[in-house]
Parts: sequence; C-alpha cells; structure tokens
Amino acid sequence: MPDAPEAVGAAGVAGATDAMDATGVVGVAGAAGVTERLPAPGMWATYTMIAGMWIRSTLAYRASFVMMLVGNFLVTAFDFVVIALMFSQVRSLGGYSFAEVAFLYGTSTTAFGLANALLGSIDKLGARVRDGTLDTLLVRPAPVLAQVAADRFGLQRLGRLLQGGLVLGGSLLALHVHWTVLKVLLVPVMLLSGTAIFCAVFVAGAAFQFWAQDAAEVQSAFTYGGQTLLQYPPTVFAKDMVRGVTYIFPLAFVNWLPALYILGRPYPLGLPSWLAFTPPLVAALCLTLAGLAWRVGVRAYRSTGS
Amino acid sequence: MTDLIELDGVEKVFDVRRKTGRWRREKRQVRAVDGISFRVPRGEMVGYIGPNGAGKSTTIKMLTGILTPSAGRIGVAGLDPSRERTKMAQRIGVVFGQRTTLWWDLPLYDSYRLAHRMYRIPDARFRENLDRCVELLDLASLLDVPVRQLSLGQRMRGDIAAALLHDPDVLYLDEPTIGLDVISKAKVRQFLRDLNAERATTILLTTHDLTDIEQLCKRVMVIDHGRLMYDGALAGLHEAGESERTLVVDLERELPPVRAEGARVIKVEGPRQWLAFPASASAAPLVAQIAAEYPLVDLSVREPDIEAVIARMYEGPEVH
Ligand SMILES: Nc1ncnc2c1ncn2[C@@H]1O[C@H](COP(=O)(O)OP(=O)(O)O)[C@@H](O)[C@H]1O
Ligand SMILES: [Mg+2]
Repeated sequence: MPDAPEAVGAAGVAGATDAMDATGVVGVAGAAGVTERLPAPGMWATYTMIAGMWIRSTLAYRASFVMMLVGNFLVTAFDFVVIALMFSQVRSLGGYSFAEVAFLYGTSTTAFGLANALLGSIDKLGARVRDGTLDTLLVRPAPVLAQVAADRFGLQRLGRLLQGGLVLGGSLLALHVHWTVLKVLLVPVMLLSGTAIFCAVFVAGAAFQFWAQDAAEVQSAFTYGGQTLLQYPPTVFAKDMVRGVTYIFPLAFVNWLPALYILGRPYPLGLPSWLAFTPPLVAALCLTLAGLAWRVGVRAYRSTGS
Repeated sequence: MTDLIELDGVEKVFDVRRKTGRWRREKRQVRAVDGISFRVPRGEMVGYIGPNGAGKSTTIKMLTGILTPSAGRIGVAGLDPSRERTKMAQRIGVVFGQRTTLWWDLPLYDSYRLAHRMYRIPDARFRENLDRCVELLDLASLLDVPVRQLSLGQRMRGDIAAALLHDPDVLYLDEPTIGLDVISKAKVRQFLRDLNAERATTILLTTHDLTDIEQLCKRVMVIDHGRLMYDGALAGLHEAGESERTLVVDLERELPPVRAEGARVIKVEGPRQWLAFPASASAAPLVAQIAAEYPLVDLSVREPDIEAVIARMYEGPEVH
C-alpha cells in the first residue's frame, strides 16, 4: 500500500526512462563531457513527480491524513448544510427547487474542488515573490507553474471534491429532468470546462501576485467567492452581479449557463440558450489568457536583494 | 581554450520605489551591476568577491537565468541563461548560502530522489554521484532527516550535493561558507577543491571570507558598486591592496614592543602584542626570529579580511 503514491509519481516519468534507454544518450562521465541533455520534463510530468512526493509523505502519517480528509469534507459540507436548512423553511429559492439548487451546488463545488485540489497551492506565490524563494524554483529545469502548483500537494483537499460529487450525484437522482443525449453529454463537459475556468482564475490570480504580492486575498474572493456564488441560482442575485460574472469575469460559464439548459430554465439577461455549449471555448480562452499573464509575470520577477 | 562563461558589458538596473510620505513614492534606480565583462574558461575555479551590496548575487542571478540583464550579453555554455532558462538549469548547479534549494519539510533524500527524476539523471550515474557526495560530504546519517531540522552546515553540504547530482558544467556558489563553523568550512572547501581537480567542474563562488579564496582560487575578481575593480591572481590582489596579515604573540610577561625585521607592532595589551607584516611575506622567518629573542608562549596569524583589502585598494593613490 505505501507503494501506491510512488506509482502516481512514477507514472509521470515512466516515459522519460524509456526515452533514456532508447536514445542511449546517457550522461557522459566527467562534468565537462556532458553535451547532450534529455529534454526537461513538461508541465504534467513535473506536476505528478512533485505531487507524488507530497502524497507519499502525507500517507506516511495515515491517521492524521484521514482526520484532515474528514475535516475538509465536513468543513466544506457546511455550505450545503446551510442550503438544506434554508429549504426546511422555504419550498423554493429564487424559483428553484431543492434538487435544482443541489445540482448547481454539486456542479460548482465539484468543478471548484477539482481545480482547488490541482492548483490550490498556487496562492503561496505572492509570499515566494516577496521573500525571493522563487529563485530556487527558477534554477530547476522544470516549469515554474507546475512546481508552485504541486508544492505541498494536499490529498485532503479531495474532501471537498468528494462532498461536491456526492451532492451532485444525489441531485441527479432527485431531479425531474427530461434527459436527452445532449443534456447527458453536457454534464461532464460542464464539469471539465468549469474546472478549467477555475484553474484559469487560480493561475491569473497567482500571476497578478508577481506585481501585488499581497493579492492572495483578492484571489480568494474570486475563487472561493466564485464557487459560493455559483452554488445558488442566478435569480437570487442582482442583475449587475449576473452581468459581471457573465461578460467581465466569465464564471457564469462554469455551471449557470449549461446547468440552466439542462434544467430547462429561462436564461438570465435574455441570453440565448446556445451559450450552454460554449464553456469549452470560454475555458480555452481563459486558460490562454491566464497562461500569458503568468509568462509576463515570470518575466517581471526581480528577486530580492539579500 | 574555450570560454564557458562570457559576459559583455552586462548591466542590471532595479527600479526601486520608496515611500517618502503618506502617499508619495519616490522612484529611484539602483545600478546593481554596472557594465561587467569577463570570461571564464572551462575547468577554472574563480572567486568573486566584494563588500555587501556590491552586486555579486545579482551577477549570479543573471548567470543562472533568474534575472534578465538590463543591458549587455551573457553566454554560458553557448546558451542565453534568461531566455533558455530550463535548458540552462540542466547544465548548472546553484548553491545559495542564504536560502536552500532543498525541500524544506521533507527528508533530505526526497530532494535527491526528485532531482533524479527532474534532471532525468540515468540511474547508474545518479547512484554513483550520490554515493560520492554522501561519502565526501558526510551525509549518510542525514538522508532521512527533514531538511528543516538540519544545522546550517549540514544543510549547506546537503545543498552542495543536490547541485552536483546531474553533473553540471558549472557550479555557482553564492556565499557557500557564510555562517558555517570551522569544521564545516574545511569540509566544504576540501570537497570543492577535489571536485574541481577531479571532474574539472567550472566553479564560480562569491564569498566574504578571503580564506575561501586563498584556499581554493587562483583567480579572483573583485566587484564593488557593480563594477569590476580587479581581475587576476590572488597574490596580485594583495599587492594591489598592499594588504597586511597580523601576527598575534603572547609573551611570558609584559615587555616593550617587540622589534622584528619586516614587521611593526600595531597594538600592545599586557603580555599580548599585535604585529603587522605584508600578506605576501611568509610568517615562518618572522616567527622564528621572535621565538629566538623573546619568551614566547603562544601565537596566531590573522588573515586580512576582504573589506580591509578592498578598502586599501581604494586608498591607493592611483585608484579613484
Ligand atoms: N531585487 C532587487 N530589487 C531592488 N534592489 C536590489 C535587488 N537585488 C539587489 N538589489 C540591490 O542591488 C545591489 C546589489 O545587490 P547584491 O547583488 O545582492 O549584492 P551582494 O550580493 O554583492 O551583496 C544592492 O544595492 C541591492 O540593494
Ligand atoms: Mg549577496
């Protein structure tokens, strides 16, 4: 069993080992003699090797890991308890039934939970920029983004994901929806695009910290705050708020727009319903912009005087 | 002879903003490195010295690709460090005395295991390099210890090993002996000397401690206010600075100032006397002479410190 996390990390580099044997360009002895180097690991390989290392170290203290996992599950489930309590008083919220709100909650929490599990560590970037410890990541032959994101990879963050997934599963059973093939396919597409959009928000927020090192709070407002917002139907918010998260900061594409199509609900702001199928495009655009911002940020990094 | 490191007119300017009032900020430019050019051939071990704030660390950060130069050109092993940072990283080893590149909360060995994968070091090579470092740097008992629990000297040795597992062409060390005890310093120096001799690894190290340079480097570069003040042999530096070493002698009792050829007494305190003599001269004849004529109990020699040598360079009449 202790070998399981090892395998996670090993999977990422298995390809590398093969390549090494195949090319036969094995480091020539003597420092001066090494001319050929294998290509540096990419984003995902870097991520899995570092995350694997942290998982192995987390699992060394299994009891404490289980406690943290359960704790994470319970703390994040509190949001849902609040919603459940509300529905013990009212029959609908902004015109939405309990099952429908649970569906929004489940999709938002699952997408955010996945993004947070993957990139949650990235908000430490500001601190690294301020104290100059980013230097030590820049001298390693691997993408800095993957190094920052995988640092202190916390398996206990899966608690939130698990909790969101359970609520989502429950809501799917309770919903009265006329399922079509398109609607069924839209669910996984929504979850993946939503995760990607949240990932872009994490990366963009971190990139911003290259200039404003204390912006971690601002970032959480958009990530954690965004997640909470999307757990409720758009009808409970002011129009300007909905406009903001549709046109300016496209969080509405994480779950609102596709979910409303699935639920057969009217669109806010008189938006057309084909927008339900645009989240993958929006996600791709967001990731591209966030990636660019990150690059500019790394270039602007100036270390610190000692 | 091929030059591994080439710098041409390299500059680094930092814009610094300072709060001058409640709302007002003053923008100022700091020229941390101000037009530096030098070349280092493969296999050389060079000392890069200068007072605090001279621009040593900034130079190292540009050489490693952490910082982009504001002007000038840098080439290391044919690469532009800041543009080809990842490729550069595969070919260099970096040790920062002030901060570790090891994974702070994990056992030391985890850092090495990760380097094995990240640098894609062939298994046999990794084992060989690690075993060698573990033996020479005395790391065997530390491999399972979390890095944060290591003493400064242990951590530094751990860092040096981490920087060498992938057979780098160049090793940069920024203040590798700062804060170390005498034994750790000696161990580190011995290791670097062997590394340079046996593997021909090119080494550039910055330091405050002139003893590091004396024991390790034939060539020394002195930098101050971002400018290269001296580049040449260590002996030449002493001449340029006319630096002096100090001989401290403990006599049996209080005596008038000692008279000795080639030295002058600069301080007397009870039975203890301080004599200054040229750094380029040997201490042996001086000691023999004093021992023959005075009741000598104990003695020690103090090396000139770097600040004093550089201060003297400026005091020299022809330097401005
Ligand atoms: N990231 C930075 N931002 C602003 N100023 C800096 C930065 N890094 C270095 N400096 C300034 O540049 C000068 C040279 O610093 P440094 O290279 O660290 O000197 P050394 O390593 O020789 O002590 C100092 O005046 C320092 O304050
Ligand atoms: Mg420094």
